[in-house]
Amino acid sequence: MPDSTVVGLHHEEEHHPELLHHFADPQQQRDASSLGMWVFLATEIMFFGGLFCAYLIYRRWYFGDFAAASKTINMGYGATNTAVLICSSLTVVLAVWAAQTARRTLLIGSLIITMLLGLTFLGIKGIEYRDKFVEHHVPGASFSFENEPVPGHPGQYANPSHAEIFFSLYFVMTGLHALHMIIGLGIFLWLLTMAWKGRFTPEYHTPVEIGGLYWHFVDIVWIYLFPLLYLIDRHP
Amino acid sequence: MYFAVFFALLVGTGLTVFAATLDLGRFNAAVALGIATIKATLVALFFMHVWQASEKLTKLVVIGALFFLLLLLGLTMSDYATRPWS
Amino acid sequence: MSMEIAIPQAVEQENYLNKEYGVWSWLLTTDHKRIALLYLISITFFFFIGGFFALLIRLELLTPAGDLVQADTYNKLFTMHGMVMVFFFLIPSIPAVLGNFLVPLMIGAKDLAFPRINLLSWYLYIIGGVMMLHCMLTGGVDTGWTFYAPFSTNFTNTKIVEAGLAIFVVGFSSILTGLNFVVTIHRMRAPGMTWSRLPLFIWAHYATSIIQLLGTPVIAVTIVMVAAERALHLGIFDPRLGGDPLLFQHLFWFYSHPAVYIMILPSMGIISEILACFSRKRIFGYTFVAFSSIAIAVFGFLVWAHHMFVAGMSVYAALVFSLLSYAVAVPSAIKVFNWTATLYKGSIHYDAPMLYAFGFLGLFTIGGLTGLFLAALGIDVHVTDTYFVVAHFHYIMVGGAVMGYLGGMHFWWPKISGRLYPEGWARLAALIVFIGFNLTFFPQFLLGYMGMPRRYYDYSHMPEFQVLNVLSTAGATVLGVGYLLPMIYFLWSMRYGKPASDNPWNAAGLEWKTASPPPTFNFEEEPVVTWEAYNYEELDAPHSEEVPVAR
Repeated sequence: MPDSTVVGLHHEEEHHPELLHHFADPQQQRDASSLGMWVFLATEIMFFGGLFCAYLIYRRWYFGDFAAASKTINMGYGATNTAVLICSSLTVVLAVWAAQTARRTLLIGSLIITMLLGLTFLGIKGIEYRDKFVEHHVPGASFSFENEPVPGHPGQYANPSHAEIFFSLYFVMTGLHALHMIIGLGIFLWLLTMAWKGRFTPEYHTPVEIGGLYWHFVDIVWIYLFPLLYLIDRHP
Repeated sequence: MYFAVFFALLVGTGLTVFAATLDLGRFNAAVALGIATIKATLVALFFMHVWQASEKLTKLVVIGALFFLLLLLGLTMSDYATRPWS
Repeated sequence: MSMEIAIPQAVEQENYLNKEYGVWSWLLTTDHKRIALLYLISITFFFFIGGFFALLIRLELLTPAGDLVQADTYNKLFTMHGMVMVFFFLIPSIPAVLGNFLVPLMIGAKDLAFPRINLLSWYLYIIGGVMMLHCMLTGGVDTGWTFYAPFSTNFTNTKIVEAGLAIFVVGFSSILTGLNFVVTIHRMRAPGMTWSRLPLFIWAHYATSIIQLLGTPVIAVTIVMVAAERALHLGIFDPRLGGDPLLFQHLFWFYSHPAVYIMILPSMGIISEILACFSRKRIFGYTFVAFSSIAIAVFGFLVWAHHMFVAGMSVYAALVFSLLSYAVAVPSAIKVFNWTATLYKGSIHYDAPMLYAFGFLGLFTIGGLTGLFLAALGIDVHVTDTYFVVAHFHYIMVGGAVMGYLGGMHFWWPKISGRLYPEGWARLAALIVFIGFNLTFFPQFLLGYMGMPRRYYDYSHMPEFQVLNVLSTAGATVLGVGYLLPMIYFLWSMRYGKPASDNPWNAAGLEWKTASPPPTFNFEEEPVVTWEAYNYEELDAPHSEEVPVAR
């Protein structure tokens, strides 16, 4: 029995080589991919949300100890990383625009710079983690946080146990964020490969758009992580 | 226009660092979160194109997710904020 | 002149089952129908694993003394029973089997939006399942399926990290299924299939998917925190460091309460389909039932702390959660009323799916009402952590969700397999399940109210409870037989069952307008929908070709 849908499909595929066979037309495919990424980002909001919930509760309970712990992480590195990610979001936006307007060189260049900025972010993060390791601020057997003054309360010293909770959350939250960053780099490497092969056109560049959405989301998580973790109390 | 948003984001970052050095008491947290929210909103609206999104569904997904996040944070806090003994 | 050779059987049409043969055509398939069958085999396997643990629990409880297993072993038994049943059976079952199979068919699509992600979802389930099996075989977990801190993080010696990671992986399977359904339902409905023409099964799965998407990530990150705490000696939930065990409970139940709605909503969707078909009427109050599904999904996120009333939370917050827990019962009640109204003046047919639906209506109502008992703070203090709670949730999950699942499997079996199951045996099995279920779990309400605690292997200080426990164990045996029967006759029917027509029930719904079993791309031509859902008046009108099957 002839399958008329198959005949119709081949017709579509001639015009749209990127059309997957279960979609009725390219617009449906684009809309599905876009909605899929947005819905996935919604799940990521809830994923990080659990950590923010834990953080907010303990910060409220142990504000002074958290402030003391926060003061020992390097604000300069954090601020630089924030700027790095903001720059990378700009290059992502440029990449999407380049794909929309068939500017291959700009597309490839933007993708590469985005990845370089991402690597920079991870590099700075690595330096921070190493600093924390050296200072015995990594939770676990060798954790030590003695004689750290509580900001704004002269004479008071931070409770090391509560500081350990801060650092536990610090490492889990920034660690998870860094993991998302690494995955983002993987995605962008794939996008770069596709762009290099010339697979993106003004008609079809959905992967760049949805990859961009993912990257911006990772940026937004950092926009919240930075003040919450690094800037609790920076009064001189 | 992207550059305007980019510039605003960098200014916001500088602002939040500066604000952290001021003693605003309880408002330090509010200011920091406020600036962060403005930055996040700028990224979402303009970099992620939510502002010009052709469909209401996109905005619904974003708002919906934020709603449930606030539910998680808010209702959990309602326990911690009303414990008379802690 | 050509000689026509008489062929004993009609040449089988090409369908999704016979299109390709071979293991790889199954393991690398992106056809949602094949993936549904892969899930069917997997979750049935885990159902029997979970059931095996249940059997051991019930055997231990035959006598008041703890004489079958040791206390630690018993702890592992109820933990593994819970974890396997919740995460590897109940949560995936209907969405991954019937949802995967039917969602594209019911909306007139060729497949789900992301077929490869669908296959990934199954592989994640399998990976999580293998991890869980390995965990169980090498010692298991003894914390209860709720793995509360600080016991799970600091004091138990069992394999929390491995079990946690298994659940993490299978949680992503759940998230991806939900993502697929939401995008598919939004983007791939056939022309004319407006939201208000969707079968209630679709509304139910849409609501379920929202819960899967928004809730599962929270337990996922909680598992990450627990695993990190155990493996790296962090201190997030450690009271010795100032951590709060209740924070774990908040984060755990933020998912795990909505999770129970993941388990029941799809079943409610099935019931709507079955009741409409076997009373030959449209569902009364379609709009109310559709919106109630969404309401249950949203409200379900507002009530989680009712699992923590006696744990040490704020009484004022407990009052709020108690009130919200009453509110969440309202949409479920609306549905029960609407289903009952659907039956009124309907032309009732007592086929096996309908028997399961009737069972659902009664048992879900009892389960739901006892939930209201538990939502009341005063009563909860008395019955929390007793068998009353155990009976309550088994009435909903087994009396509700599993009955719905079985009813759905029977209803759509002709579509899935192209064969009819033996109706006589099916009705007998439904009856056995109903009797076995009530015999197992009704005594547990009494036991709980009289004070028998849950998770105790030894109740020799309350030997008067033995009679009810023996009844419960007897019931469990009967229930087991009831579950085995469909396994046998479904398999039997795949070879020896009568071939099914496109629409053996003369049911409404796009899935019945294509062959049984359907071709790989579901429809010969893209359907165009011009009728409302549950148009049984048209289907049963005198001029229609097909006559309702009287069996």
